[in-house]
Amino acid sequence: MNDTHGPSIRICNEELIPDPLGALYWPREHTLIVADLHFEKGSSFAPKGVLLPPYDTRTTLMRLRALMRRYCPLRVISLGDAFHDGDAEMRIDPADAEFLTDLMSETEWIWVLGNHDPEPPARFAAQTHNEMKLGPFVLCHEPQTAPAPGEIAGHLHPCARVRHEGRTLRRRCFAVCSGGERLVMPALGAYTGGLNILDEAFAPLFEAPVAWVMGEEGVYPIGAHSLAPDPGAAWKDAVKQGARG
Amino acid sequence: MSEPVNKDAKLPAKFSNWFKSRGWDLRSHQRECLAAARAGQSHLLIAPTGGGKTLAGFLPSLVDLAARKTEPDAPRRVHTLYLSPLKALAVDIARNVETPVREMGLDITLETRTGDTPASRRQRQKYHPPDILLTTPESLSLLLANEDASTYFKSLKAVILDELHALVANKRGHLLALALARLRAHAPGLRITGLSATVPDARPLIDFLTPQNAPGAPTAKLIRAADGAKPVVDILTSEERIPWSGHSGRHAFLEIYEKIKAAHMTLVFVNTRSQAEITFAALWDLNDDNLPIALHHGSLEVERRRKVEAAMARGALRAVVCTSTLDLGIDWGDVDLVIQMGAPKGSSRLTQRIGRANHRMNEPSWALLAPANRMEVLECIAAKQAIEEGVLDGESPRAGALDVLAQHILATACAGPFHPDALYTEVVSTSLYKDLPRKDFDDAVSFAATGGYALERYEKYRKIVKNADGTYRIRDKRAAAQYRLNAGVIVEAPTLNVRLAGKTSKRPGYKLGTAEEFFFEGLAPGDAFYFAGEVLRLERIEGADVVVTRTISDKPRLPVWGGAKFPWSTHLAARVREMLYNPETWSAYPDQVRDWLEKQREVARLPHPDKLLVETFPYKDRFFLVAYPFDGWLAHQTLGILLTRRLERAGKQPIGYVPTEYAVSIWARQDMSDVDMDALFDEDMLGDDLEAWLADALLMKRTFRNCAVIAGLIERKHPGQEKTGRQVAFSSDLIFDVLREHDPDHILLRAAWDDAAGGFLDLARLQKLLTRARGTVTASPLARVSPLAVPVMLEIGREIVARSASEEMLKNASEAIIDEAMGGG
Repeated sequence: MNDTHGPSIRICNEELIPDPLGALYWPREHTLIVADLHFEKGSSFAPKGVLLPPYDTRTTLMRLRALMRRYCPLRVISLGDAFHDGDAEMRIDPADAEFLTDLMSETEWIWVLGNHDPEPPARFAAQTHNEMKLGPFVLCHEPQTAPAPGEIAGHLHPCARVRHEGRTLRRRCFAVCSGGERLVMPALGAYTGGLNILDEAFAPLFEAPVAWVMGEEGVYPIGAHSLAPDPGAAWKDAVKQGARG
Repeated sequence: MSEPVNKDAKLPAKFSNWFKSRGWDLRSHQRECLAAARAGQSHLLIAPTGGGKTLAGFLPSLVDLAARKTEPDAPRRVHTLYLSPLKALAVDIARNVETPVREMGLDITLETRTGDTPASRRQRQKYHPPDILLTTPESLSLLLANEDASTYFKSLKAVILDELHALVANKRGHLLALALARLRAHAPGLRITGLSATVPDARPLIDFLTPQNAPGAPTAKLIRAADGAKPVVDILTSEERIPWSGHSGRHAFLEIYEKIKAAHMTLVFVNTRSQAEITFAALWDLNDDNLPIALHHGSLEVERRRKVEAAMARGALRAVVCTSTLDLGIDWGDVDLVIQMGAPKGSSRLTQRIGRANHRMNEPSWALLAPANRMEVLECIAAKQAIEEGVLDGESPRAGALDVLAQHILATACAGPFHPDALYTEVVSTSLYKDLPRKDFDDAVSFAATGGYALERYEKYRKIVKNADGTYRIRDKRAAAQYRLNAGVIVEAPTLNVRLAGKTSKRPGYKLGTAEEFFFEGLAPGDAFYFAGEVLRLERIEGADVVVTRTISDKPRLPVWGGAKFPWSTHLAARVREMLYNPETWSAYPDQVRDWLEKQREVARLPHPDKLLVETFPYKDRFFLVAYPFDGWLAHQTLGILLTRRLERAGKQPIGYVPTEYAVSIWARQDMSDVDMDALFDEDMLGDDLEAWLADALLMKRTFRNCAVIAGLIERKHPGQEKTGRQVAFSSDLIFDVLREHDPDHILLRAAWDDAAGGFLDLARLQKLLTRARGTVTASPLARVSPLAVPVMLEIGREIVARSASEEMLKNASEAIIDEAMGGG
């Protein structure tokens, strides 16, 4: 698997495969870990008169399905904020609801709850946890600001702005502690924004984060030398609110 | 309805006395405008700059208003609307027209209304409208969206459209066309006057002025003023070596400086802001005489630009280095020389620029063209010939855009209920939307109402609601407020402010200007760069501010602005193709250029004007393919992308490509001389390959973002909450991907595609190119690089990276981390 998927990330001496779609596969446990699906984020703006294309849930589901076809996991763990708001699961289009139910029936399914979806979903019932311990890992939505070895979290929607040879690219990424103690997952949802890994929100978590940046074909570890902050504070604040609030 | 010059069109005594007091005669085109107006006929006046065009436009309204018999305190309504493409121009024109009004003691009120007009004045204008309102297309659309628009405009008699040729060239023209149709509905019998510089084809402008679907309705009358004296155009025959490539014109700076010294006041036009910065810096390096030379471009603070304009008007400057920001506008001082640095791109643009010199009709303007490289010498010669023959170029206006239509539908609903049948009839009465299929119109209505998605999810959130009588109305006040905040068709790219670091506090100080965010992408703190005519050091980026200090540096960097490229006119392209193939004309060229062409003839082939020459040759450890369509940078860029994909499939391992105005060069790991060239250039490349590339193209996403903002899908700003451009850019990319995946025929994707095809892809031109190439591709395998290929070869490394390069870049950056780790750093 290593050969086909490029380098793996080692956290607490476990081998984890980062997928360019934005998920983590843990071969030893046959477990697929995803975060921040934000189903129905698109339709959540409609009451405010912003009528975004209502297809984000379907795109996110298609990503999930592609990942499940690729790794054939025995277990899928979603690290919180799977539903954008309390009403989201009821808004899901019937066809998409069936799509999700089908995927859930294929494997063991675990919802870790997040700040956007603090209640267990009623329509898509499965195991739910506020936090889950599995092997050396603590799987949760919101990362602790204190040192937390073994923590795999979501919530922050890490992005990296890679600067190299006079060009820059902004991509979603895995935020990984350089010592391999903990990791923050990228958001998988089709309409999710991102927070620059150099933002102060990451500072208490990592001394020197390495960004595992998602390309088309692979995920590439990029060091601090090649990372740049985002210009535009107003924009940063807005995304922060979008990512966390 | 072509009347001869009408004797009745005599001026009232007050006016003729005023003309006399100025020592002026009523010019014949002014007389014709008066006669047409008196007959209630819309008309288009084409006149060169300095031809008394503005006065001709306003005179009928002034005469009409002066003869008006009303009670002094009777309520007034707007009589004449004046629309200009530039806010500043509306203000300047108001000042100019106030002069005759004041000097004749006429009881006529004139006011401007633009985005800068304070709310209090706008409110007053609502209840006490001026007789003549000077405004912009955006402000007019907003006025039309008011609930009382039909009363407000019911007494409107005349509309004057200034610089019409510039107004119709883009989406503001589409917005304006729709607004004029509304105005005609409110004020039947409305007379519309278009004022334009000389254009190659007046037909689209004439049609713009009157309804197109009323059989038997009179068309607008064309009135032409006498041409001014022909401009004198010279080409700078440099003593220096003319470079093979590049656009700076560096070799000519000293000669340019000497010309400025010899002239009274010079406008130095360049094509890009970067060129403006280089040229300005270089001229000041040479400026031992301390001539007052100023800089003017779109990124500078407005206040700084106004100062430069005022200094010009006072005659306090000797030269201004400027971009298209000074293409239009009223007269600024006594300019006696216009220098065009680099290729003029088209004869119409050049004519307009030359017209900035010598606003007195009967004296010739003097212009000097300074080609920046050898190929541009040919282009300059072509442009000079075109000007001397009085041949202009210009593409016909595009059909009206669907995103603008969607915005207009919302605006119309804000003003009051509309019936779709009636609104459709009104929309297709405009020349730009006359071929709009009913289905597209219905899709736009459906988009404005619910987003128009195949998956109907938003019925209960409809923004426009159907009434029992079949009409539509706006849902509520909030939907109307949303429209107001998003109105307009200009979508700003995300920008950052450039500010000098404050002296005492940490707070940033004086603002030098603004620049697009990507301008700073390649710069790191500590880098020195040119901006606003100074060398600055990037200290830090704080929020939306780029904090800089003044510095001295031998090698400041020149960041590239991503401004739109001027399209290279088909007309000049055709001339250059002919010139290249006719060695008998070469004797007139500078020696260096002639030698270069002679060499090409000797060792390779000359491109035939009706065929497509394709050279292949090895160079260093790569293999090259260079095609010479001479169809402009945009079409060549698209061609480069498509050829690269095709060559990849053919196993040639292409690495990159680079377009110029004249040619496109592709390099690969494998020899391409054995490729079947006819198959390579087959037209079917415009199908799937193009589609696949566009899915990921940055420019396509930017285009989509603009359409989404204009159509009102994405808000520019919420009430009470400013969003920066950056955030809009971010979320619209995600929306684009999702929409393409699930609703590929959605109206916004169609709108974006139309923009792309007519804009950055230049598909129309590429299509023609490929049609011309059919069966005429001349393959020319060579042992080494040809003389003609040298300019495009030198562009390599300055331009464009192929798509896969993003992945490549991440890989390389990733390897850096390994070095970092190994080095222990």
